[in-house]
Amino acid sequence: MSRENVLVSAEWAEKNLDTPGVVFVEVDEDTTAYDGGHIPGAVRIDWRTELQDPVRRDFVDRAGFEKLLSAKGIANDDTVVLYGGNNNWFAAYAYWYFRLYGHQNVKLLDGGRKKWELDGRPLTRDVVEREATTYQAKEQDASIRAFRDEVVEAIGAKNLVDVRSPDEFSGKLLAPAHLPQEQAQRAGHIPTAINVPWSKAANEDGTFKSDDELRAIYGDAGLDGSRPTIAYCRIGERSSHTWFVLHELLGHEDVKNYDGSWTEYGSLVGVPIEVGAGKES
Amino acid sequence: MSGCGAPEQSAALPAGVDPGREIVLTGKVLADGQPVGGAFVRLLDASGEFTAEVVSSPEGDFRFFAAPGSWTVRALHRSGRGETAVNAEGPGLHTLEVAVA
Repeated sequence: MSRENVLVSAEWAEKNLDTPGVVFVEVDEDTTAYDGGHIPGAVRIDWRTELQDPVRRDFVDRAGFEKLLSAKGIANDDTVVLYGGNNNWFAAYAYWYFRLYGHQNVKLLDGGRKKWELDGRPLTRDVVEREATTYQAKEQDASIRAFRDEVVEAIGAKNLVDVRSPDEFSGKLLAPAHLPQEQAQRAGHIPTAINVPWSKAANEDGTFKSDDELRAIYGDAGLDGSRPTIAYCRIGERSSHTWFVLHELLGHEDVKNYDGSWTEYGSLVGVPIEVGAGKES
Repeated sequence: MSGCGAPEQSAALPAGVDPGREIVLTGKVLADGQPVGGAFVRLLDASGEFTAEVVSSPEGDFRFFAAPGSWTVRALHRSGRGETAVNAEGPGLHTLEVAVA
């Protein structure tokens, strides 16, 4: 996998705003950011209301994903360019989600909204309308999604990469530091997990670091490239960012995202939990 | 520079947040004394490690929830950058200003 296949630069994006077959999609943690100004022509996907089942804790099913993309005017052969705020956390989550349902031509805008804004590139409040399509999704690709039993079995056997901040890893905090901390589950991390915060992979402008830098970061942290890897965070969005780095940029073959992540694992009865900085740091 | 623990609320806290129990780092991004909206504000821990990032509101406001310790708040904007350090030992509202230039 080379980065040209999975990433586009802001410069490329600005030149291709009107290119037929290229659809820009904004996915933000703050779902109101789009209303304040978005990339011209971009549609919005609301990760909370449109990608999650409204009742069960799970994704929308295959039919639901087909309905969503059809309504957004996204066709199977479109090149989808995803971008968002917060260093592309939720755009990376959507990227992984698009891959999960088999969309082939999907890319991330390197640096997301942040780089776009820092560059002073155009944003608009214009309403975007795209003609509806008849989108057809594939069955979920189980090779990139991990569930809880597999995670418990992976302790000591596979690479477990906890991509949360050091204070969440050690158990001092239960959520990222820009979110309120009131939650019910236990704090800490999965035993044998290494802690490589997602942010290590990003430059300050939100773009990804170079392949050489990325290889050094995960190698130095003790990631064994010969073993399968499961990445997790709190709810699976930051670990999508790391999944993107390991699977799409560095080309590791067996990498799964555990979207249940700490909000599930830290609420399970009887599973082992480790607190403190862990043996790797 | 940073104030500490003053019970003044420059920006409303979300429902359910008790500043008597949590460490809340809140403040404004300023340029030439005027609030700067749309700045990327990141919280770095004592070792300089990235912890969280928010975008300042149109009034320049930002807010973080932190553990006890020493923190740096760094702002990045098209108009410039700047940072401010704070030592937050216990629960309460810590009010900061970050000037970008």
